[in-house]
Amino acid sequence: MAAAGRGVLVVGETVNGHLSPTTAGLLAAGQALKQDLEGELTAGLVGHDLTAAAAESLQAGVERVYIVDDVLLQDLPVDLCLHALAGLYQATTPEVILFARSPWGRELAPRLAGRLGVGLLQDCLEVGIEPDSRRLTALRPVYGGNFLARVRCAASPQIAVLRSQAYEPLAPDPDRQGEVVAVPVDLDVSQSRVRVVRRVRHEHPGVSLTEARVVTSGGRGLGGPEPFRDLEELAGMLGAAVGASRAAVDAGWVPGHWQVGLTGVTVTPELYLAFGISGASQHMAGCSGAKVIVAINTDAEAPIFREARYGVVADWQAVLPAFMEAVRNL
Amino acid sequence: MALHVVVTAKQVIDPDMPLSAMRIADDARQVVTPATLPPVVNGFDEVAVEAALRLKDSHGAKVTVLSVGGQFNLDIIKKPLAMGADALVLCQDAAFANLPDSFVTTQLLAAAVRKIGAFDLLLCGRQASDWDNAQVPLLLAERLDVPVIPLAQKVDVEQDRVVVEQLVPDGYDVVEATLPALVTVSNELGAPRYPNMRNLMAAKRKRPVIWTLGDLDLDADVLSSRVEVLELLLPQRTRECEFIAAEDGAAAGEKLAAMLHEAGLI
Ligand SMILES: Cc1cc2nc3c(=O)[nH]c(=O)nc-3n(C[C@H](O)[C@H](O)[C@H](O)COP(=O)(O)OP(=O)(O)OC[C@H]3O[C@@H](n4cnc5c(N)ncnc54)[C@H](O)[C@@H]3O)c2cc1C
Repeated sequence: MAAAGRGVLVVGETVNGHLSPTTAGLLAAGQALKQDLEGELTAGLVGHDLTAAAAESLQAGVERVYIVDDVLLQDLPVDLCLHALAGLYQATTPEVILFARSPWGRELAPRLAGRLGVGLLQDCLEVGIEPDSRRLTALRPVYGGNFLARVRCAASPQIAVLRSQAYEPLAPDPDRQGEVVAVPVDLDVSQSRVRVVRRVRHEHPGVSLTEARVVTSGGRGLGGPEPFRDLEELAGMLGAAVGASRAAVDAGWVPGHWQVGLTGVTVTPELYLAFGISGASQHMAGCSGAKVIVAINTDAEAPIFREARYGVVADWQAVLPAFMEAVRNL
Repeated sequence: MALHVVVTAKQVIDPDMPLSAMRIADDARQVVTPATLPPVVNGFDEVAVEAALRLKDSHGAKVTVLSVGGQFNLDIIKKPLAMGADALVLCQDAAFANLPDSFVTTQLLAAAVRKIGAFDLLLCGRQASDWDNAQVPLLLAERLDVPVIPLAQKVDVEQDRVVVEQLVPDGYDVVEATLPALVTVSNELGAPRYPNMRNLMAAKRKRPVIWTLGDLDLDADVLSSRVEVLELLLPQRTRECEFIAAEDGAAAGEKLAAMLHEAGLI
């Protein structure tokens, strides 16, 4: 085990060369931890052409950005990113490392922890530092969100994976300055043990689920694939995207990438309209960040009403046509 | 030689159990359920077993299922055998009950995999439905130093390679790695098969191999956890739901549209 250093390293992610919104939230979490640790806040970026993202990290308040910039990291292959991050860790030995709970972060963080022989706190809603022990603690959902657990790291470095919505990003300040440090790491293609043969992407005729301002979503209560055509039509009228519960996906009524929830997409719309969805905690894990949830369900005791702002206890077959007609006439 | 596929499987509290039946234990460190409500094999692990059995159907393969736990309900944990798996290895020891963290679980699984011997493919469910960590498979791949491909919706073997359709947010990638390798499997692969009569009977006769802590070749500090559970809590739900009062569903639908419009939401 490497000796514990000081301070917080936020592992940043880039989208089209820019710092991802999830990273901005992570940096806010890092700021709070840094104060408790009286250390410094740094960002680590691995990828290619990182100039813009590095500048954005500084504007978001980190004191220093470490970068591993290599053309081999262009498409962020996980095996090579892991090598790059392990090298970055050796060069900087932070006390705490934060990752976002993105597909990338969720794969990289455990593998880095495995390489360093430490544990990590997964899927955290909030993180903190115990004053005397300097241990990293976190609150996280378990059992699909039915319970919360308070957990603590018992080895250094201490690593946590945070839900991206957990922290409000700090406003960028273009006057902030800092240092960009290139960390040399030897990378070669042979370190990548997984080869991508082909990438297949779904066509998005409308708005994407993750960016939609309104989501119309359906579950097992819809009874078949046809009602989802109505939800698509409604979505068309509202400029919305269509989501679904896992029950609807597993039944084969809708494609898998429509699934909202713990093992599906996380959505954060202004409005989430749920038709015939019971509101299992694993589903709510993907939509509880919505500003307003509206549930239409025949069962007044359905758990979704515990998180909904508005509820209609009725058969969707009566509600939906009237609702669509009213929307048409708005 | 035929393929050897090892599948990891965890016995967990049934996630479909009513919430009212689940309770935080007095020590505040674990969730307990009444003894009358049986556990299940983690759903994603059953899908991993299904993936292995499809390889057995198409290529011929030996399928070994491996589980670590404090105590097993044999009727439950033998389900993969009833589905068609060939062998079941249980690492069972009081010391393995409620394993505190993925790191420890991984060390035990890695030791057991080494003891099982040569394998071509390790298949794991994408995550366990209790702690939803999605960590053990990744740690295990690091520990065994094999390539890892998470989140498969399709798994095939061609010569010395595993070829996987790997789920990514907007679709999937077709990726491959040289065997031996580890792949984690998601429910998009398809539903696990029901046990048929022949396999059920065969499973009844099969005895699991049982290893205790002493049987595994382990370093002394392996059971020292890297993550501690301080306490479990019940989440607070604060939203107050306003129910739309109307004479029937259609009227409610109309009213809802007007309200949401008023609130600037649509
Ligand atoms: C590890 C794990 C991960 C999971 N991940 C996810 C995930 O990512 N996303 C997800 O969604 N689920 C997930 N699940 C599954 C989840 O636990 C639930 O089983 C699932 O969300 C249920 O879907 P549902 O609400 O459509 O179906 P049900 O729970 O069956 O609910 C159907 C609802 O429809 C109502 N209804 C029936 N008829 C009508 C009608 N005519 N009009 C109006 N309402 C009606 C019923 O009252 C009921 O409330 C996961 C489970 C596990 C164990």
